[in-house]
Amino acid sequence: MMPDKASNSASRSILFAIVGSGGAGALTAGAILLEAAGKAGWYGIMSRSVGPQIRGGEAAALVRLSTRPVDCMAETFDFLIAIDWRNADRFAAEMPLAANGLVIGDPANGDAPDAIVGTGVNQAHIAMKELAGSLPGGRENMIAAGLAVGLTGLPIENLTSVIASKLAGKGEEAIETGCKCVEIGSHHAGLLEKSFALETPAASQNGRWLITGNEAVGLGAVRGGIRFAAAYPITPATEVLEWLAPALTKVGGALVQAEDELASINMAIGASFGGRPSITATSGPGLALMVESLGLAAAAEVPIVVIDVMRGGPSTGIPTKSEQSDLNIAIYGCHGDAPHLVVAPLSVADCLFTAQWAVHLAEAMQTPAIVLSDQSLGQARVVIEQPADVAFIARRELFKDAGDEIYNRYAVTGSGVSPMALPGTTGGQYTADGLTHTVKGIPSSKNLDHREQLDKRYRKIADFDYGNHWAAIEHNGAAGTHEDFTILTWGSLTGAAREAMVTLADDGIGVRLVALRLIAPFLKDKFLAAVHGSQRILVVEQTHSGQFHQYLRANCDLPGEVRHFHRPGPQLIGPTEISTQIRNWRRS
Amino acid sequence: MNIMQPGPFKAANYKSDVTPVWCPGCGDFHVLLSLTKALAELGAAPENVALVSGIGCSSRIPAYTNCYGFHGVHGRSLALGAGLKVARPDLTVLVMSGDGDGFSIGGNHFLHACRRNIDMTYVVMDNRVYGMTKGQPSPTTEPDWDSALSPGGTGLSPFHPLVIALASGANFVAREFSGDIKGTTRTIVEAVRHPGFSFVEILSPCVTFRPDERAWKTQTHVASVEATDDPARAARRIMTDDGFNTGVLYRGRRKPYEHHVTDRIVDPAILEQEFAI
Repeated sequence: MMPDKASNSASRSILFAIVGSGGAGALTAGAILLEAAGKAGWYGIMSRSVGPQIRGGEAAALVRLSTRPVDCMAETFDFLIAIDWRNADRFAAEMPLAANGLVIGDPANGDAPDAIVGTGVNQAHIAMKELAGSLPGGRENMIAAGLAVGLTGLPIENLTSVIASKLAGKGEEAIETGCKCVEIGSHHAGLLEKSFALETPAASQNGRWLITGNEAVGLGAVRGGIRFAAAYPITPATEVLEWLAPALTKVGGALVQAEDELASINMAIGASFGGRPSITATSGPGLALMVESLGLAAAAEVPIVVIDVMRGGPSTGIPTKSEQSDLNIAIYGCHGDAPHLVVAPLSVADCLFTAQWAVHLAEAMQTPAIVLSDQSLGQARVVIEQPADVAFIARRELFKDAGDEIYNRYAVTGSGVSPMALPGTTGGQYTADGLTHTVKGIPSSKNLDHREQLDKRYRKIADFDYGNHWAAIEHNGAAGTHEDFTILTWGSLTGAAREAMVTLADDGIGVRLVALRLIAPFLKDKFLAAVHGSQRILVVEQTHSGQFHQYLRANCDLPGEVRHFHRPGPQLIGPTEISTQIRNWRRS
Repeated sequence: MNIMQPGPFKAANYKSDVTPVWCPGCGDFHVLLSLTKALAELGAAPENVALVSGIGCSSRIPAYTNCYGFHGVHGRSLALGAGLKVARPDLTVLVMSGDGDGFSIGGNHFLHACRRNIDMTYVVMDNRVYGMTKGQPSPTTEPDWDSALSPGGTGLSPFHPLVIALASGANFVAREFSGDIKGTTRTIVEAVRHPGFSFVEILSPCVTFRPDERAWKTQTHVASVEATDDPARAARRIMTDDGFNTGVLYRGRRKPYEHHVTDRIVDPAILEQEFAI
């Protein structure tokens, strides 16, 4: 049944899953494999698929390893290792196996369910439980990790060194047992006559990092100058806040746990009014609660950054899984005309850059910035090249005590940005207000004051120089000068679009990519220049209603023929689906 | 509480030239006067004081002073104030609110502000009515008070802010009548000086929608007993008095919230080590 080992040539990317019921350790096994692969010089990404249960539900570690940096999952799995089959029906649809893929189960748990096996998939039985049981304190998930080591060709010493550091607190014996389990697993993988070996990795230039999107957002924020955070826990954003709590303390900042999201955003506004760059992080339901106060921050011109790690919506939706459907509320949620910033990271690694940039933008323009991350970025862990520290740091234009000069907090300036007085500054006293106000901040219902202040707030955002960070504009280099297709997308789907472009280039299909990092304001001139000359545009997004497509259409007339590929979560749109859309279009 | 030297300040130094929106005879005028007198007595320079408020007649007060102010959204003033004080512990922060803003839409924040015990002062001007929206019952309104929105009265039991503050962990609890300038001034001074979260409820009549509240002038009376540091005793006393006892009713000894932002400059690069593999 097994194909000959020699027929499996080394590949540049493999995708596998380790599954088990919650508490079985599947996620731990995936995490240590990813880290070991990073140590060995490979790149990789791991996402997790978990149910809503805290324990006892399904848990799957989805791990992709590659010789090159990867920003997304692939769609078909090379192998799947099941510590047990409990709740397998819940994740079966999410992890289709490749035609020559391999499923390894424990004979004690019976055959793999039909939903997993499909047609033409190889099955193998390894008695993980029994093998683990042969060692005191042995665990099946470490046997599973060993199997993955054997199948991928990952040097075992990389894995054992990760285990040694992870289990350092549990004593020598635990480390030894863990390593022994891995050896046993690896040995049994060798008996399978099946291999998914990866090519030898290239050497790292600057050293590698292992980081999640939620951690990267936090680090980017602190690099940008954030020193205050207000927190209310919500899936899948909680890790941003849990990372920030000790991190802020270390850099002299503080995090306050709030009683709800209404409080957390107002705490952030209060702290920022006091001069400290401030942040909060949430997901859709929390953002909905924060929207009124976002308008306050816009009107009172107080910079804050709100991280929204999107999940399936509306209402409670699917808390543990991804979607891009908070786009509308982020752009349009506020009542009244409340210009603010909406930005979106384009990959897990880009969470760092985009969060840092968001702090810079918010502070420079004294307005709220919403960062639209999502579960697929936030809870994915990646191996990346150590990122450079970009120069973006918070620089707020401040009022300095100038003697007898009369201070107008909301002075109408050319740029729209007015110097802000921080409490403690003599002569700068004013009352920040959500009421329409005069240049001094005094409440007013006059036509002129309202108009002048609305104009100024609009101007500071519309006229700002966003440089070339507003979008990723790329071309796959195929088909000479003629570009056949343009993919328009935003945020987390950029990785899948990029990967689709690479495979299309192999087939000689020229593709341009325009992926928006800056969603609002919409830079119409720059956007139209970027899509200029496009013959066929494919708009790609992870929403049911096509929010992004509608937003583009509302802001400009797209050139050429436009098609729209969209669907809600939780099943992520993958690179092969995008390339297939384009291949089919080309044939039609 | 911040240590302050008596400065060369008079109450007038804390007043702005903005004309209040309040009706003639509104109790809030008296609160403004007592507040500015208290700040002068505290000796806090106007630029080192921040007044934070929500929405409603009383929440208009920051702009009528010469301090830094924040007139935010309805009900969230305590959160604004908490963020400000944690970020800037050097400032004297007072949160100024009303019974609708503080006990209805902002009720949850009240409980947690008491628990959190951040060193700031919460002044609620209680007139037992929504004045700005022209006369609807608030959480402290009597159950039989007739109005267009609740004809014949709400029939609901009034909210008891002082007892709730005590039960939630407030470190200082007092009641005052706006017309008693001396008493209110003294209590605000003491509230600001007391460490942790200090709550001062000021009975402040709405002469337009609750003209009956003019009688508070004769109904209120200074508490005949000393403030206690025993919350159970304080609660019993507040629950059994006539609702018009004024003065400091409780002084607690709880440790104030102590995690603040500092001015330390630390390179965030120290946070990056955990990611290297």
